[in-house]
Amino acid sequence: MTEPFEPRIIAFICNWCTYTAADNAGVGRMEQPPNVDIIRVMCSGRIEPAFILKAFALGADGVIVSGCHPPGDCHYSNGNFKTFRRMPLLEQLLAQFGIEKERFHWGWISGAEAVRWAQLTHEFTERIRALGPLNWSRQLESKEE
Amino acid sequence: MAGNGKLKLGLYWAASCGGCEIAVVELREKILLLDEAAEILFWPVAMDFKVKDVEAMPDGHLDVCLFNGAIRTSENEHMAHLLRRKSKVLVAFGSCAYEGCIPGLANFFEKSSILRRVYLEVPTVENPEGIIPQPVTPVPEGEIEIPHFYNTVKTLGQVTDVDYFVPGCPPQPHQIWAVVEAILSGQLPPKGSVVGATEKTVCDECQRIREEKRIKKFYRYHEIIPDPERCLLEQGIICAGLATRGGCGALCPTVNQPCRGCYGPPPNVVDQGAALLSAVASVVDADTEEEAARIVGEILDPAGTLYRFGLPASTLHRARM
Repeated sequence: MTEPFEPRIIAFICNWCTYTAADNAGVGRMEQPPNVDIIRVMCSGRIEPAFILKAFALGADGVIVSGCHPPGDCHYSNGNFKTFRRMPLLEQLLAQFGIEKERFHWGWISGAEAVRWAQLTHEFTERIRALGPLNWSRQLESKEE
Repeated sequence: MAGNGKLKLGLYWAASCGGCEIAVVELREKILLLDEAAEILFWPVAMDFKVKDVEAMPDGHLDVCLFNGAIRTSENEHMAHLLRRKSKVLVAFGSCAYEGCIPGLANFFEKSSILRRVYLEVPTVENPEGIIPQPVTPVPEGEIEIPHFYNTVKTLGQVTDVDYFVPGCPPQPHQIWAVVEAILSGQLPPKGSVVGATEKTVCDECQRIREEKRIKKFYRYHEIIPDPERCLLEQGIICAGLATRGGCGALCPTVNQPCRGCYGPPPNVVDQGAALLSAVASVVDADTEEEAARIVGEILDPAGTLYRFGLPASTLHRARM
């Protein structure tokens, strides 16, 4: 029971920018916390809000969404527009579900910003560590009280 | 089947409004055909049966039980287990039993705040002693027990094994009749199927003109008089049709009201609210982050709007306690 809390973080990142940054961060031997599990998708516009909800429901303590900088970096020209239209609404939704806004980060990291990716994973992991576990599955366990 | 060859039918309501019962009565003259074909052995809302009558039945005695209503109290859950045991086929009938529906919106709150609101704070309630119902209350004659009020509303399928799901708040009479006919003919789809609905969305049945969806501003129903011909979402009214299973015949959009999503998610969509969020937000007409955040920020109560009928069955089930 006294094992220290290790945050479980799921990062949905786009193939063309943020994944390249993460890859470069690895190739460049930048130190990154092992808490972040990356799920590579072709475009941040492909990331359905359902993915993020499912990540939280299945035990993620934090979720990262990252794609190409708008307006011009998107490989598909405007996939990231879909992202920045959806994510603010998802933020409101998560707040109504009682999930702290610090547990969800969305933004942009280009292929040239490997250092920024490494920084983000560090900062985000520590932020989640400070918040503690989310443990969403506990929600349905208590029947009455 | 009963000795007279009739189908043995049970109908029950748990946490629901009674609309599903009305929907059955709305079969109108066809209810006589139902009566010809089926023997109703349990239907508390319409006929005089007691729970002990059900308890006295051998297991699997009822051929079909249409169970409407969500699971809100220990009594609802007890009846769900009892009727499961007594029925060969258990049908989650209507949106409450299928996905939680309006009673399920209580999952944005917890038990204590709900009881406080209902018994103490509502302006029309006078309760100077601050009495809140307790499961057990001592009285001079002994103890009175009432059902436990659960913290979380659940669907029928979350507490017991369900054979079929009939969506709708309430299910439309022509769809109910289609289900009854399927039961009588014995031609039932595979267990776990959603019946009494289509495999497409409400948009597929909607006759409105669709051009291009570019939303500059979202309106609530009372803030705009919508064009009666054009797609409601294109006019900035959140219409759930594109994330809702068809089968109702696009009843609401036909009378100038947006679809609210009562037929639940379409096939292959796990989370109706997330699908609706994705669809509605992506057509916001904003080319900068600031503008997009401002436009979607004007949507009041997004969670309640997107999950109006399906919160207990959704990915997250409830707000955090």
